[in-house]
Amino acid sequence: MESATVALDHSHEEHHGPPEANQSSRMDRQTLGIFLFIVSEVMLFGAFFAAYFFLRVVVDPPSWPPHPYELPVAVAGINTAILVSSSFTIHYALESIRRGNKKGLKLGLVLTWLLGATFLFIQINEYVHIGFSARDLAFGSIFYGLTGLHGAHVFVGLMLLSFATIRAFRGHFGPAAKDHLGVEVPGIYWHFVDIMWLVVYTTVYIL
Amino acid sequence: MHNPLRSEADAFRWVVVMGVSAVSVILLTLLTRPVVGVVWAALLLGFGAGVAYRSSRGSLPRSVELTSGGDGKHRVLVVANETVGGEALLAEIRERCRNRDCEILVVTPALAVSRAEHWASDVDEAMELARQRMELSLIEIDRLGLKGRGEIGDSDPNVAIEDALRVFPADEIVISTHPPHRSRWLEHGVVDRARDEIDLPITHVVVDLTTESVAKN
Repeated sequence: MESATVALDHSHEEHHGPPEANQSSRMDRQTLGIFLFIVSEVMLFGAFFAAYFFLRVVVDPPSWPPHPYELPVAVAGINTAILVSSSFTIHYALESIRRGNKKGLKLGLVLTWLLGATFLFIQINEYVHIGFSARDLAFGSIFYGLTGLHGAHVFVGLMLLSFATIRAFRGHFGPAAKDHLGVEVPGIYWHFVDIMWLVVYTTVYIL
Repeated sequence: MHNPLRSEADAFRWVVVMGVSAVSVILLTLLTRPVVGVVWAALLLGFGAGVAYRSSRGSLPRSVELTSGGDGKHRVLVVANETVGGEALLAEIRERCRNRDCEILVVTPALAVSRAEHWASDVDEAMELARQRMELSLIEIDRLGLKGRGEIGDSDPNVAIEDALRVFPADEIVISTHPPHRSRWLEHGVVDRARDEIDLPITHVVVDLTTESVAKN
């Protein structure tokens, strides 16, 4: 039973307005909301991966990527390192604000944003120089579909980080858990984006 | 059910685990053949799913986060279901709160009768029964002259304790169960697990409702 915690107030205080929301296992609803959203996102990526594996396993072309295309494994590997390191910087930002270090929060957020933007820039640059388009075979379609879907998520993550960074510079966040949800929620989303890229990179570029 | 993902810190741990796993798959693939990497990735996925399943079932050792009250009050978290109104439990609460400014939170897990009810979230009846027992025990606690309030908790008593500790800065915990030959909680190691996971004094009270009712009559 996930959410059977219902508070009973023994003192019978008068309550105005709508009833208290039931919180599943004490998780605040913003955090629960982003996790549920991520579950739906995993399903979306799952559909793309299903198409990818269908092409690779069921259609089973003689070579992957099909001749004469090649994937820039090394550049994408460096890009992967850049994106993964941004998870460490957003975690640093959150650990900082949990200890009341607002400078650390700002530094962590700015670094995360810059690393995310660098990743996106390199990916766009890769698209420009890769030598095939989404119209080149099913391989091109699924490559651009998967990496593009992920890129769109990085873009959304950057938007969320932008709002969080602006709010951090305006002094909106504090050490109490409820006072930095505006960073916690984008932070969780950003980690999800990083995890998805690890899966995309390993699957599409390496295996 | 224990949720293995509750915060950004949990999500970050997943990034680290996934990062290390991805590096091992990449190295294996580059050093050997892609098929070896695929097999290794499948093994890691299976292992990860197993760990996540065990973690969600509460089978893995972990430590529960505690909060601090800091106002000099002594807070006792009482966890009990059918034994919530037992004399032995009330005597223990009275003893714990003797000559102290004491605050009590009674958590009564709502126990679904069957797995089917649990998975179908058909727990209204279980919650109502738990609520009735808890309200009776709160009346008894009031009679002792102590301040108490109550909550219906998760069907897993250890999850219910963990949930309660997030909002109730307890100084100690009292867990009440039936005697060993009748207690499902003892059979499932609820008290031992709470002692392993929670860095607070934990008292186990055995309430024998049969003996108590015979003594009353």
